[in-house]
Amino acid sequence: MQNLPSILTPDFGLIFWMSLAFLIILGVLYKFVFPILIKSVEDRKNYIDESLKSAREANEKLANIKVESEKLLKEAREQQAEIIQSAMATRDDIIKKARSEAQVEGAKLISEAKKQIEAEKEIALRDIRGQVAELSLQVAEKVVRRQIENDTEQERFIQRLLDEVVVNK
Amino acid sequence: MKKTKNNIFIYLILSCLLFLAPTQLLANEVKEPIDVKEAILGHMSDAYEWHITTWANHKHISIYLPVIVKHHDGGWVVFSSERFHESADHTYDGFYIDEARQGKVYEKGYEDRPWDISITKDVVQIWINVAIMLLIFIPCARWYKKHRIEDGAPKGFVGMIEVLVMSINDDVIKSSIGEKHYRKYAPYLLTAFFFIFVTNLMGLIPFFPGGANVTGNISITFLFAMMTFIAINLFGNKEYWKEIFWPEVPLAMKCPIPLMPVIELFGIFTKPFALMIRLFANMLGGHAIILSLTCVIFITFQVSAYIGTPLSILSFVMMIFMNCLELLVAFIQAYVFTMLSAVFIGLAHPEHHH
Repeated sequence: MQNLPSILTPDFGLIFWMSLAFLIILGVLYKFVFPILIKSVEDRKNYIDESLKSAREANEKLANIKVESEKLLKEAREQQAEIIQSAMATRDDIIKKARSEAQVEGAKLISEAKKQIEAEKEIALRDIRGQVAELSLQVAEKVVRRQIENDTEQERFIQRLLDEVVVNK
Repeated sequence: MKKTKNNIFIYLILSCLLFLAPTQLLANEVKEPIDVKEAILGHMSDAYEWHITTWANHKHISIYLPVIVKHHDGGWVVFSSERFHESADHTYDGFYIDEARQGKVYEKGYEDRPWDISITKDVVQIWINVAIMLLIFIPCARWYKKHRIEDGAPKGFVGMIEVLVMSINDDVIKSSIGEKHYRKYAPYLLTAFFFIFVTNLMGLIPFFPGGANVTGNISITFLFAMMTFIAINLFGNKEYWKEIFWPEVPLAMKCPIPLMPVIELFGIFTKPFALMIRLFANMLGGHAIILSLTCVIFITFQVSAYIGTPLSILSFVMMIFMNCLELLVAFIQAYVFTMLSAVFIGLAHPEHHH
């Protein structure tokens, strides 16, 4: 052993100090350096992964929102069109209905007016007839009164009237 | 841009020559043959002092480190290694450095080594590396404490460390051991990776705060292999032990003579052993090549300055190349050690296969 160079023979003192030094540096690194370093790197990696994931999700959400808003807009437009259409239909309906109602009412009014006119006419006619009868009675009375003054004639006339009445009966 | 590159290259060569000039003078003055093997091994070995440079006239500039040894008849003593140089016979309190026996401390009158836990050059280097690792990682940990997840990823230095840690954690440890069990082993493997990596890099710096050959010392790689061995075998599950002692092979291969179990049992020890040798030999080899190339400069200048100059430039260029390669090797070896440890630990957690 002693013929070998010293670097080829293990030396107790050197091993002793080396073990001590290595244990100290191992202890320090084990306790204070490597755990925090490796943990930080792993945490950062997870953090980046999460961030990417959430960014992707947000993007997806945004895209969804866009699609949804477009859909909503489209629906709204359709609804608007529908509402306008139905409003137009209702308007037309109302107008039509009003027109027909007005016609019916008009017709009714006209027929009633006609009836009244008829009734008025009847009354007027009856009135006129009464007056005509009265007038003709008065005329007849006057005529009769004047002709009665002539006896013969009177006799004859009475006779004829009687005849007429009998015949009429 | 290209012109700047050329300028840098010329500057490098010039500065190289400038550095060589005093060396040449020194070589001419000293004129003693250089023992290459001794020089290389000396640079790579552990020592009780940190030799910084040798001034002219053999004046050494060193940092003297504390020696901590135990007398054979009891009692620990602590003293500076400078004390060895103060007395005439290079002893202090009965202790002396025996150059013939690996330059270790021995006690007078005893043949065996005393208990010796001296703060040697490698130990100082190890503690410097620990300090560097703390300086790297504590600010990182503080950054994570101060910031919340929403603040985002760190930038700059902390970001670089995070990328390095997470790539080792995810690509090496998690994929080798498996999603289920890796958390328990990750701190050890990460610490081992960064310790080996920092130590390898510091070993490449040729002057004071670095330069000690730590991972190229078998004691260190032995300890790493030992820890991996414990990590593999202490927490191996039932399936793992069954595969060793009763592997799924034809009965003849395991029943009368337990051939396969013996081989498998042997494998338990060869795996960490391979780890130990691989890291040790790779780092040692790199250091040895760089030191050898440095020695080329001194040897050739001893022969003649005319031969020395071109060869020195060549070896200088080679040294730059080797240093770049060693930078790569420093990472690769730390990576390979971590990966193989993780693979072996993963093998100790086999899933039930039907």
